[in-house]
Amino acid sequence: MTDLLGPAEWTAILLSLRVALVATLMALPLALWVAHLLARKRFPGRQLLNGIVHLPLVLPPVVTGYLLLVVFGQQGPVGGFLYDVFGISFAFRWTGAALAAGIMAFPLMVRAIRLGIEAVDTGLEEAAATLGASRWRVFTTVTLPLVFPGILAGAILGFAKALGEFGATITFVAAIPGQTQTVPSAIYGLLQVPGSEPAVLGLVIVSVILAMGALLVSEWLARRAAHRMAA
Amino acid sequence: MLQIDVQKQLGDFALNANITAPAGVTAIFGQSGSGKTSIVNAMAGLMTPDAGRIVVGDTVLFDKAQRTNLAPHKRRVGYVFQDARLFPHMNVQRNLTYGGDHDADRLIELLGLGDLLNRHPAGLSGGEKQRVALGRALMCNPQILLMDEPLAALDARRKAEILPYIERLRDEVKIPILYVSHDVSEVARLANTIVVLEAGQVAIAGPIGDVLSQPDAVPLVGVRAAGAVIETRIAGRLLHDGLTELSFSGGRLMMPGNLGRLGQTVRLRIPAQDVILARDRPKGISALNILPVRITGIEQGRGPGVAVGLLAGKDKLLARVTRRSLQRMELAVGQDIYAIIKATAVGPEDVGG
Repeated sequence: MTDLLGPAEWTAILLSLRVALVATLMALPLALWVAHLLARKRFPGRQLLNGIVHLPLVLPPVVTGYLLLVVFGQQGPVGGFLYDVFGISFAFRWTGAALAAGIMAFPLMVRAIRLGIEAVDTGLEEAAATLGASRWRVFTTVTLPLVFPGILAGAILGFAKALGEFGATITFVAAIPGQTQTVPSAIYGLLQVPGSEPAVLGLVIVSVILAMGALLVSEWLARRAAHRMAA
Repeated sequence: MLQIDVQKQLGDFALNANITAPAGVTAIFGQSGSGKTSIVNAMAGLMTPDAGRIVVGDTVLFDKAQRTNLAPHKRRVGYVFQDARLFPHMNVQRNLTYGGDHDADRLIELLGLGDLLNRHPAGLSGGEKQRVALGRALMCNPQILLMDEPLAALDARRKAEILPYIERLRDEVKIPILYVSHDVSEVARLANTIVVLEAGQVAIAGPIGDVLSQPDAVPLVGVRAAGAVIETRIAGRLLHDGLTELSFSGGRLMMPGNLGRLGQTVRLRIPAQDVILARDRPKGISALNILPVRITGIEQGRGPGVAVGLLAGKDKLLARVTRRSLQRMELAVGQDIYAIIKATAVGPEDVGG
């Protein structure tokens, strides 16, 4: 196995993990907030918000990548502002890959968490309120623990999606080894070079292991959560 | 002291109720859809009335005119829901103390919760869940306790198991209790005051003995629910016969079963349809309980039945007979007659301490 993977491949794997992890962790609180908004609140523009959240899921990834380039590039309205004020740059850097992965994973995370929130019996939240709990305390002590399986599912789904993201990432930040070349773009790149099948095989095996591992960890955590509730 | 005056339009249904409840247990009684739950939800702040005012003791919970509307968590209202609503991810101990631990040791003892503390709600029976819900509501030291059909989801055996706990609470906890129910035997056993709701309005309200034995209230409370509720004292125990002798202002009654200690008070419900009337003292019949009574009122209903109000000593009784019997016996207000109460007619679920 180690024979199959050279230093370049290892760099791509570690970068992929870092990009996917950062993307998931940054997107999770926002996804929780948006999911709560969509599941519980009625406000004008709710359908519009729902549509915008789902856009990365239905648009061709290349289009999403191009839009990211336009908006978050150094000449773009948001990207330019962030660069001028905070010195943050996304262009051709791993942070850009994380941004692209996070945006592509976002709708999946929102959907899973929203289902979890909708499954929570609002009667329990009412009961907590009659027991003197403020809204914030109801949310943190009743809603959040009961939505936990949904959050977990959303996080794992998001992580897996972020690991596999290709189209938007390569359009937005290209595939620079050590900066933005994640496992999928490394595989794609190697496939263009004759004689690199062993390296491709190694990366494919790693991809399968990572995906299976994420799935097993989520199953295990979900079972533990269910067990805690039934015990 | 509790004052509720609420108006709320819910689709076609209009709630317009004005209730004043004294200390003790006030039962809100009515068919399903009569607005019972809406009233307790308005008290707890889970439903906002269109207009009105809700006051508990010195605290104004809601006043449309003054734009007062306390948030649910600031109302100090204990609420026991029909479906218990225990938090599934917490054990019994954490459920109980979620809102506070006021008087925790005594409540755990009073409700028999000591053995349940480490269990999770999923493993509890319906009756156990309701006991935990009761303890949880009381541990946040509420100024009023709301109970919305707390026994409706339980079978007869579980009901019989939890009723004594509720009675103990009623006698030990010094806060007003609002008890929603459509089951008259529960209400007769627990409440001092009854409010009968019909289509969102208060149809009749008052002390429970007065309301349920009032002949003209029969159509409102229902034929099966109508009947006297009297306080009696255990005067003798005929254990070899399996009977208990009870005395009240109108005489003595024999009831089956061992109902308690000598001198103890027993609340008795005598359904109107279990009372038979006779002009003369009957002889040679199997019924044990024959009381001299005076007719105080006759209410002709729309159907074949007639409600007859009776006075036995100082206590009010109610009988339901057919219109035909009424005419044949030539009954009239002021007459002295006899009421025959079949002792076995009073089931154990109708006998309360």
